[in-house]
Amino acid sequence: MDTIKFQRSLTNMHNKTVSELKKYIKEKEISSLELTKHFIDRVKNIDTQLNSFVSITEEYAITQAKKIDLEISKGEVRPLAGIPLAQKDIFCTKDLKTTCGSRMLENFISPYDATVVEKLNHAGMVIIGKTNMDEFAMGSSNETSYFGEVKNPWNTEYVPGGSSGGSAASVAARLVPCSTGTDTGGSIRQPASLTGVCGIKPTYGRVSRYGMIAFASSLDQAGVFTRTAEDCAILLTHISGYDPKDSTSSRKEVPDYEKECKKKFTNMVIGIPTEFLDGLDDEVKEVFEENVKVLEKNGCTFKNISLQSSKLGVSAYQVVAPAECSSNLSRFDGVRFGHRADSVKNIDDLYKKSRSEGFGQEVKRRILIGTYALSAGYYDAYYLKAQKIRKVISNEFEQAFKEVDLILGPTAPDCAFKLGEKTNDPIAMYLSDVFTVSTNLAGLPAMSLPMGFKNNLPLGLQIIGNHFDESKILSLAHHYQQITDWHLKKPEISGD
Amino acid sequence: MWESVIGLEIHVQLNTKSKIFSPASTDFGAPQNTQACAIDLGMPGVLPVLNEEAVIMAVKFGIAVGSDILDNSIFARKNYFYPDLPKGYQISQYEIPIVSGGCMEIITNGKSKTINLTRAHLEEDAGKSIHDLYPNESAIDLNRAGTPLIEIVSEPEMANAEEAVQYLKNIHSLVRYLGISDGNMQEGSFRCDANISLKKKGSDILGTRAEIKNINSFKYVESAINHEIERQTLILDRGDKVTQETRLYDPSKNETRSMRSKVEANDYRYFPDPDLLPISIDQDLIKSIKDNMPELPSAKKTRFIDQYGLNEYDTIILVSDRDLSEYFENVLEDSNLNPKMTANWIITEVLALAKKTYLSVKDYPVTSDNLRDLLLYVMDETISSKQAKEVFERMWENKENPRDIIENEGMKQISDINELDKIVDNIIKNNYKSVKEYQSGKDKLLGFFVGQVMKETKGQGNPKIVNQLLKEKLKK
Amino acid sequence: MNKETIIKISDLAKIDIKDDQIDDILTSLEKILNLVDEMNSVDTDNVTPMSHPLNLKQELRKDEIKVFNERELFQKNNEHTDNGYYKVPKIID
Repeated sequence: MDTIKFQRSLTNMHNKTVSELKKYIKEKEISSLELTKHFIDRVKNIDTQLNSFVSITEEYAITQAKKIDLEISKGEVRPLAGIPLAQKDIFCTKDLKTTCGSRMLENFISPYDATVVEKLNHAGMVIIGKTNMDEFAMGSSNETSYFGEVKNPWNTEYVPGGSSGGSAASVAARLVPCSTGTDTGGSIRQPASLTGVCGIKPTYGRVSRYGMIAFASSLDQAGVFTRTAEDCAILLTHISGYDPKDSTSSRKEVPDYEKECKKKFTNMVIGIPTEFLDGLDDEVKEVFEENVKVLEKNGCTFKNISLQSSKLGVSAYQVVAPAECSSNLSRFDGVRFGHRADSVKNIDDLYKKSRSEGFGQEVKRRILIGTYALSAGYYDAYYLKAQKIRKVISNEFEQAFKEVDLILGPTAPDCAFKLGEKTNDPIAMYLSDVFTVSTNLAGLPAMSLPMGFKNNLPLGLQIIGNHFDESKILSLAHHYQQITDWHLKKPEISGD
Repeated sequence: MWESVIGLEIHVQLNTKSKIFSPASTDFGAPQNTQACAIDLGMPGVLPVLNEEAVIMAVKFGIAVGSDILDNSIFARKNYFYPDLPKGYQISQYEIPIVSGGCMEIITNGKSKTINLTRAHLEEDAGKSIHDLYPNESAIDLNRAGTPLIEIVSEPEMANAEEAVQYLKNIHSLVRYLGISDGNMQEGSFRCDANISLKKKGSDILGTRAEIKNINSFKYVESAINHEIERQTLILDRGDKVTQETRLYDPSKNETRSMRSKVEANDYRYFPDPDLLPISIDQDLIKSIKDNMPELPSAKKTRFIDQYGLNEYDTIILVSDRDLSEYFENVLEDSNLNPKMTANWIITEVLALAKKTYLSVKDYPVTSDNLRDLLLYVMDETISSKQAKEVFERMWENKENPRDIIENEGMKQISDINELDKIVDNIIKNNYKSVKEYQSGKDKLLGFFVGQVMKETKGQGNPKIVNQLLKEKLKK
Repeated sequence: MNKETIIKISDLAKIDIKDDQIDDILTSLEKILNLVDEMNSVDTDNVTPMSHPLNLKQELRKDEIKVFNERELFQKNNEHTDNGYYKVPKIID
């Protein structure tokens, strides 16, 4: 492809949004191939410090970019033509490695694409790599990955959050304009908060789970990371919708979220759960309250609400998620795919050795807890009880949404913590999801966006909506980003 | 001293085109693992989507046995590790099955008894492990994994092997009437586990039961149950206790042996499958199934007895197989054939050849139209019934129609009195000595004369007329 | 929860645990169970358990065959296959 005719300089492209890049490509100011190479170069140069990618799919990306450029030259422009993207390594990608951050799948090449991958490929996006993650999405710091911990771009001694830590860090460091993630208990929102980017977890069933390696099937939901709410809206429109391959996906019509979020902002009633602020870190609280003031000045009405049972979210989550995962991960038995132990004595030995070698400590811990919670004699006390608590939490949200349009709070109780700080204390780790898990239990959509800093580390603002109210969430987030500039701050590591 | 109590769990493979949760084919006999798709293999990230037809078939069964069809039945995961269970769990129904209750009437020794059903639920079949292909390894073929099954669970209400076999046969016949399974036991489409326990005569307290797994023929069910009753009787007679366990029947040795206590030690950790939602049953669906329900064996039996005047024994044989009963009625169709004679023909001649040639009704070389024609030739005395049997054998062998065989072989029966008259006269003239002996009281010689006439007519003389003529003429 | 429980559930889950790890695992699982026990602070006797976030009904698929033999693709990276079979250590029942 002849590059001379493209007028726009590449030097600044990593600071552009998806919305801007979309325009440049469409107007033929830049080619997909150039853009793809530019971002791949950045990954190669910068990611040695972050480890946010498990694999760079250079050959695949270049083939794809050339194909898209050829289409554009013929006047066929797909909606997200030529824009580079990173896929969380939990999404199956045909002909590419899909490791799920685990030794178990170290050499697994998926024979099919996940629906999310298929949809974004179809929209014209170019996968430049697969991002690092907590093993099987189990973790809140990205330290459980078999492929090493991911570092926070704002300070590489700190964690980026998890489980989608690689996806969040890569967007924060501007190694890629956007990435995908999955959220089972906060795995999109918490790392978005800790790395200062936008991340949305849609309503359960909004996005197909097909080809997304299951952690906890009734909680898992795919979403995206971007730097602006508008970009979140653009991508969400393309990944959403009913999928005949996922019978838990919703048939509800998908709005054009980009249009929806840009509609004239109408006054909203926003609830603040008092439980979210009780005992909250002072600095975090201060930052949050300042933001409330800003929004108040700009036409939002605030109201205190109570989500009494949401504090039990972590407890219920720590039963439901491990229970489902203990069953979901049984298919990794060394027989048909995945890690298989050598020199085994018998079939039991094959299972036990393959699984024990293939899974890391945290995964094993959750499988054991889940097995216990489902086992005879304990089912009622743990699993059934948790499903009842889940109902109670869900009912509370339902009540709250009768009075308010959206619920606002901090995404995480604090800014990023240091690498290794919580690795030996699973409970402390689990509690970093305290504000996020309840929405998964209730299946609600929620988003995190940058709202300020503490110790030069980003803090995230969480907006929770009622089922299928993604438009409202995105509208508030977009409006907020028109009057604030937290989303424009960038870590030093990203360069100019 | 002891009474046996038997309950059966029957696994019926539903004859859908595709699997219960995947769009892969369910055809039997494909090369290993060529019909196991990503979903059947339990690959990472794939999800099950329920086959509508499997639900419809389960509902059909439920309606046919008078069960409640439960709205909002749910799928659960039964968790255990086994190489032919790819996901490490079987998707089954646990707390709320799709079919609840119902009953089946059986008749043994002329006595009728009602066996109640506990439930019937939908589930997926596992693959197959083959242990004799490699010296140190087992081979896994997952083609069967994901084939839809209904598991039909009876109450422990059968008292002996005979009742159990009759119940099993009735269920077998029913699923074939409903067209929801081919019921092929050799191919494993219809399998049975038997729970057997003994209790003190007259007592209400059930004893400890043993479960015999995967018995795949009616004959084996009978011998396995009888054997197990014997085994338990011996144990109890000497004052020992029966252990609750799973046993395997070995037909070659006619014995059951323990499958170690492995299965009992397992804790299946059932929980609702989060990938699947409650199944909603539309009342319109139930209505349309009811409206289109085929005539079921019990109703057909009553009708055959009333309408055709058949005896119960013959009726049970004809009705046990939907295809056979239809074959019978097709033979009778629009003809004045005698139903009893037709039934007799089918039960003796047709079934004998079918058994000999291992053919099922659908593969009979003699169509119902051809059989009707043949029997009409017998009725109008074109051929004798003895000739008819010969013709029938040839029809079975070469798929010919009876008219061609009869015409080509000149097999028509001679019923023309004038023609026979001449022949009889001739025979009498040429056997003067024998005629005298007959007339002096040696009646047995009639057979000799008949034989002579038949020889002369190449076996085609109408035996009735020949007899009549001979008797008349020999009197003189 | 005790050591026997750990041994039993690790066998059910087919996870190998070395003897010297049992205590650590026991301690960490107990901590989790303590956290989980907070659920008992709410009376849920009259609550229907919720196994699914959305109140949806199962979607049904038409009975159609839509995938065909892909054995080669699925077994491509698996050395423990032969003649289309998956191979495992001999199972003795």
